[in-house]
Amino acid sequence: MNTKFFIFLLALALLGACNSGPQKILPVLGQPEVTERTVDGKTVYDSTEHKIPDFSLYNQEGENITQATVKGKVYVADFFFTSCPTICPKVKANLKKVYKEYKDQDDFLLLSHSIDVKHDTIGRLAWYADKFNIDAKSWHLLTGKHEDIYKLSPEYLIAALVDEGVPGGFDHSGAVALVDRHRRIRGMYDGTDPEKMKDLIKDIAILLAEK
Amino acid sequence: MRPFFLFFLLLGLFACKQPNAYGDGAMLYEKHCANCHGEQGEGLEELIPPLAQADALMQAGTAAACWIRYGLDGPILVNGQEFDNEMPENKALSAVEITNVLNYIRNSWGNKGEFLQLDQVQNQLLNCQK
Ligand code: HEC
Repeated sequence: MNTKFFIFLLALALLGACNSGPQKILPVLGQPEVTERTVDGKTVYDSTEHKIPDFSLYNQEGENITQATVKGKVYVADFFFTSCPTICPKVKANLKKVYKEYKDQDDFLLLSHSIDVKHDTIGRLAWYADKFNIDAKSWHLLTGKHEDIYKLSPEYLIAALVDEGVPGGFDHSGAVALVDRHRRIRGMYDGTDPEKMKDLIKDIAILLAEK
Repeated sequence: MRPFFLFFLLLGLFACKQPNAYGDGAMLYEKHCANCHGEQGEGLEELIPPLAQADALMQAGTAAACWIRYGLDGPILVNGQEFDNEMPENKALSAVEITNVLNYIRNSWGNKGEFLQLDQVQNQLLNCQK
């Protein structure tokens, strides 16, 4: 075989492998907020990207977790409860893979919000974290005021409601939200699907590379 | 001759469609148990015990039927590891369904258990502790 041609092909193949093209940019999700103001007697409209509002909750160690905790960090948020008889254990098993991948990264966190705050006290969450072998350094299991958590879930574009008619008494989705350093949602994933978790793991790396 | 040949071919095809004697059990497992115990019966850390190669399951025999129907709580030792959590009841599952799911989990993921008969499970369900 013609060696020159072979080297040419090899170089091409290497180029293709090294240069993966421009980095994928993740969209900002959620309704932009439109505000009205008057400038020189004329009404102008400003549109701001949807951002997760301030919050104040408690983690499995009783620490107050707020917007300050996530400041400048990339994080993953979901909603669950420790006695959940349906999809939660599956979502937790999947998120554990994400945790293992990034737990040593200082600017990455996981926030799992309990939607059953009456039952999921700080003590109960501590028990769960212990049996689930996770560290509060990178994975916060959160409890707090019922209405605070139920107000927060639609901000993450995740549905949660109390429903006596469903197993466990709470209806919610297995959705997982990926939030960037500026509290903007940049991805939504089906936490019950291991394939979607692979996408999540890749997308976290993209956001971590952003400033 | 032709139609006969076709008939046997079809028969053979249908026979192939039954790869697992506990097919119904697999479906029931997926629907009622896999969320917690995992697709491969692996369990979840120290929260939910495994079913794959689990001594508690294999030694319980028909008694496991009671756990499935009425749920289970309190400390239980599985392969030397203590679990102390709660498994919810499954009141909607019939004795036939419980028999199928039991035979399925007793013979999946490396488990090998003798086949439990419906009447054994029915008898057991009349004598549950709860
Ligand atoms: C909501 C989660 C959940 C669901 C759904 C569930 N289990 Fe369990 N299961 C548990 C927990 C937790 C335990 C341990 C209970 C304890 O600590 O006392 C357990 C224990 C068991 C055990 C005895 C321990 C072992 O590992 O051998 C068996 C057998 C079992 N489950 C089978 C089933 C079957 C079959 C189904 C479906 C019909 C099912 N489970 C559905 C959570 C669940």
